[in-house]
Amino acid sequence: MELILIPIIAGVLAALAGKQSRWVALAGSLVSLGITLFWLAGFRYGASFQYVFDKAWFSQGIHFRTGVDGISMVLLLLTNILVPVILLSALRNDKRNAATLFALIVGMQGALNGVFLALDGLMFYIFWELALIPVYFICALWGEGNAFRTTLKFFIYTFIGSLAMLASLIFLYSRTPDPSSFGYEALLAVNLNHTEAIWVGAGILLAFAVKIPMLPLHSWQPDTYSEAPAQGSMLLSGIMLKMGLYGLIRWFFPLVPEALNVFGPVLIASGVIGVLYGALIAIRQNDMKRLVAFSSLSHVGLIAAGIATVSVEGMQGAVLQMFTHGVNVVGLFLAIEVIQSRAMTRNLDALGGIAKQAPVFAVFFLLLVLGTTAVPFTNGFPGELLLLKATFGYKAVWGILAGITIILCAVYMLRMYQFSMLGKPSGGIYLFPDLRWNEWMAFGILALLVLWTGLFPQYLLDLCGPAIQKTMKGILDSTGVVS
Amino acid sequence: MMQNLALIILSPLAGFLITGLIGKRLPEKVTGWLGSLAVLVSFVLSISVFNQIAANPAGMHQKLFTFLSVGSLQIDFALQADRLTALMMLVVTGIGFLIHVYSIAYMHGDAGFYKFFAYLNLFVFNMLVLIMGANFLMLFFGWEGVGLCSYLLIGFWYENAEYGKAARKAFVMNRIGDLGLLLGLFLIIFEFGSLDYHTVFEAAARGDHNLGVITAICILLFVGAMGKSAQIPLYTWLPDAMAGPTPVSALIHAATMVTAGIYLVVRCNTLYHFAPVAQELILYVGIATSILAALIGLKQNDIKKVLAYSTVSQLGLMFVALGCGAYTAAMFHLTTHAFFKALLFLGSGSVIHGMGGEQDIRRMGALKASMPLTFWTFLIGTLAIAGFPFMSGFFSKDEILAEVFVHNKVVWALAVGSALLTSIYMLRLFFVTFLGSFRGTDEQKHHLHESPWMMTVPLAILAILSIGGGLLNLPEIVGGGMAHTLKHWLEPVTGKPAGEHAISHGTELALMGVAVAMLLGAWLYTRNKYQSKGVVPEADEAQEGTGRLLSHKFYVDEVYDAAIVQPVNTTGEILYEQADRKGIDRIVNALGNLWVWLGGLYKKVQNGNLEYYLIFMVAGLILIVGFNLFR
Repeated sequence: MELILIPIIAGVLAALAGKQSRWVALAGSLVSLGITLFWLAGFRYGASFQYVFDKAWFSQGIHFRTGVDGISMVLLLLTNILVPVILLSALRNDKRNAATLFALIVGMQGALNGVFLALDGLMFYIFWELALIPVYFICALWGEGNAFRTTLKFFIYTFIGSLAMLASLIFLYSRTPDPSSFGYEALLAVNLNHTEAIWVGAGILLAFAVKIPMLPLHSWQPDTYSEAPAQGSMLLSGIMLKMGLYGLIRWFFPLVPEALNVFGPVLIASGVIGVLYGALIAIRQNDMKRLVAFSSLSHVGLIAAGIATVSVEGMQGAVLQMFTHGVNVVGLFLAIEVIQSRAMTRNLDALGGIAKQAPVFAVFFLLLVLGTTAVPFTNGFPGELLLLKATFGYKAVWGILAGITIILCAVYMLRMYQFSMLGKPSGGIYLFPDLRWNEWMAFGILALLVLWTGLFPQYLLDLCGPAIQKTMKGILDSTGVVS
Repeated sequence: MMQNLALIILSPLAGFLITGLIGKRLPEKVTGWLGSLAVLVSFVLSISVFNQIAANPAGMHQKLFTFLSVGSLQIDFALQADRLTALMMLVVTGIGFLIHVYSIAYMHGDAGFYKFFAYLNLFVFNMLVLIMGANFLMLFFGWEGVGLCSYLLIGFWYENAEYGKAARKAFVMNRIGDLGLLLGLFLIIFEFGSLDYHTVFEAAARGDHNLGVITAICILLFVGAMGKSAQIPLYTWLPDAMAGPTPVSALIHAATMVTAGIYLVVRCNTLYHFAPVAQELILYVGIATSILAALIGLKQNDIKKVLAYSTVSQLGLMFVALGCGAYTAAMFHLTTHAFFKALLFLGSGSVIHGMGGEQDIRRMGALKASMPLTFWTFLIGTLAIAGFPFMSGFFSKDEILAEVFVHNKVVWALAVGSALLTSIYMLRLFFVTFLGSFRGTDEQKHHLHESPWMMTVPLAILAILSIGGGLLNLPEIVGGGMAHTLKHWLEPVTGKPAGEHAISHGTELALMGVAVAMLLGAWLYTRNKYQSKGVVPEADEAQEGTGRLLSHKFYVDEVYDAAIVQPVNTTGEILYEQADRKGIDRIVNALGNLWVWLGGLYKKVQNGNLEYYLIFMVAGLILIVGFNLFR
């Protein structure tokens, strides 16, 4: 509960705080991180929900109920580490109405925490929508180019998905035994026949698939990422799209296990095709943000496919990779922001030779590129290994196709690094100051995470392991498959 | 003594961190020696491990921590050392140290001096992880790690865009191989339930596993080896990798990293034993690569390119040995090749250093007088690789040829052809570079000088090893009681394959005679052409017919570009422009516009300002939540 309220209150205070807004926001965000770490320290390894807050709300059936298990713990960590990093990196931002910007970012942290904490269907839906609001304003008001139109498209896109999810949840609610309830366990206990499961599942999946995004529902993404301000791109790609992936594990598959035989193959196919589709397009992009957008499409495709295999490796790998992808993609967008704010462009054709002017930045950027490319000893490797193994184990041909990503990813990532950082400095690059202290700190934290997760992935895997096994058992038991 | 194993990899890692983080502020000499010292420590510790393993063939094992444990699969971060590893450790750290020292002088004055040593240390660390890992995932760690260092070092002079391109090509091509390796690893997990060497090989040795799967595993692992050890079709990155500083070419692209593929196959010999089809594949790929690269080497005029193609060709020869199941012969040649090829590359570095950066042998000549030590050591290296009697290459190459002779006469004939070509291009290189008349500019002539001691001492040491390296594994007819030392050393790893050395001493002598006669012929031919007649090789543009085909490397790069690179790029563009922008996105927008049109009918009722809606929605939500929660 405090993880939701404190950032939101900090957001309100920050909005009123004028010039000191950035510090208020950062402080609120850090308090939230502190609580998360405190929870983590007291976390008992196991599959049960902990730190449960439960209060009857509208009626007996609708509760304000929150709690943490290993899966949500990983995502809470991700959220509460990344938002302070995003704030930190933006500290010197002096765009118009910056106070509101900082307020929205920290407020978003509260909404995101709510999504990952919710143990009640209606609450989940509410936070799911609530999280959309700050990011909508961030992108629309501080974006560039066609930002307003693009963001509207994004908004409508996801909103339609959300409504479909709401309909599905209400249907499930209506099927719970009297007194009806939106409680997580109650919804899980509902038995559906195959047809119902497909319809209900399709509704929920629409919301998640748009957010992740899964092919072919991704077309809001490249435009939104490239026209949003850096902070918007980071929030969207780093944390928000994890809502969809988290939703798959926590809500989608457990709610409609009856239709696993339909949705499993569809999601794997869509995921793996997305892996290749995103990667092939990323190879030819010159706008760095667009390049990262398609690369992200490629990476989350693999995560989704891994989840859909409903195997231990796939699901644990997915949770690990959500954390990793969040760290890396925020780092990449931060690097792009550093470049754009100094060189006034992020077009690869116009860049080059930055490494010579900004060697410290070059090292951090390289580390993030390597993490994304899943080089061993960096964070991308263990997750990708598990996900590819799971996909390969599901069906060898999907694994091989998805495996091509390790080649293509090297192509586009190294190309991006080469054309922006290496080579001879071009025109405007001669005046490229190296990192400022706040950027240095933000990159430093991300770099530590890249190396830490790369060397000791077992920490996060242990954290989510029991919860994943319980979830898997729940899904497979209901499908009649003996695990 | 157990902690020795971890210390061996930690020392270069510490070297990497120190040189990388504070090397910039230290004087060059300090940074350089710190980096070298880090590798020397590993070398000394490796000797200690080597001695222990001599007494205890079972080897050592050390688990550091659990890297991954998911479901039934557990993978440890664990190190091991057995006889195979111990041999590789000495090669890697020993030659590694010499090259570090050499680099202190060679890289003198470079703006990225500290970075160079940091990368070099990082490379040694990763290479040690590769050979000391106790399971396939550790191998993969090192495998990709050395690939990364190779990328960083090929593109070391990063302001040159061409070098950057070569670096990326190397990384991407290696990744193609890595995909094969990774899939091989997955199959191993599914078949054996583990990636641990001990578990896998023990289970495989029982011989009750699906042979089809084992064959698939072996072929996939070999795909990985093709990438790292530059075999057809994944060899074209290695010649381009010569863009890196010369010590890098010596260490990474000749002596150590590129032999990782050989190591992998020897390591998995238990698996290959059950996969004759995979062995045949290795044999044919090896011989084809060996011949192709040797042919291209005949017409290259860049001193380092000649050596690069020579490396590809020699690696091919090692794979030929592996294809025959002659693991000792392969490891023997790997070791002697590490000596003489490192020597040749460092020698070429000395030449380039003396010539002020010149790499084209057509502008060299008559360097004997001004660079005597480089001259003599280069001569030793040339003779060693060409198989001059009783030098290291003579014995190791002969052993491979003898093994192939038993195994497959046609491949043997081809391998002899490849050996002949090797003698010719190496002697051509030697004569054109060091003898004849000087063809450089006056400025270069003035600049010519012998290299400093930090460069020549490593040359001298490697020259001694190149001469005497044959002692490691003498054939019976020469060594008598001292013969086959390496073979006996490796037996705990490779077992005692039946049928090895099934040829008589008479045949063996005859085979040696053929080799010596060929070398003599090559000597007379090249000496006559390049020294006596003073012929200068034509420029690439002036080549015609076959020569043109060779100097353009059979146009393989061009074919790859047209057959793979361009189609991938075009696919990316078409997907983006046609499928994504004009396809999916347009459909989505059309759907959106449909609603806008419908919505227009209601326009008069609503004001259409989304922000107001949102603000009302939030306010309402907060009110509802708050009211219900705290009533």
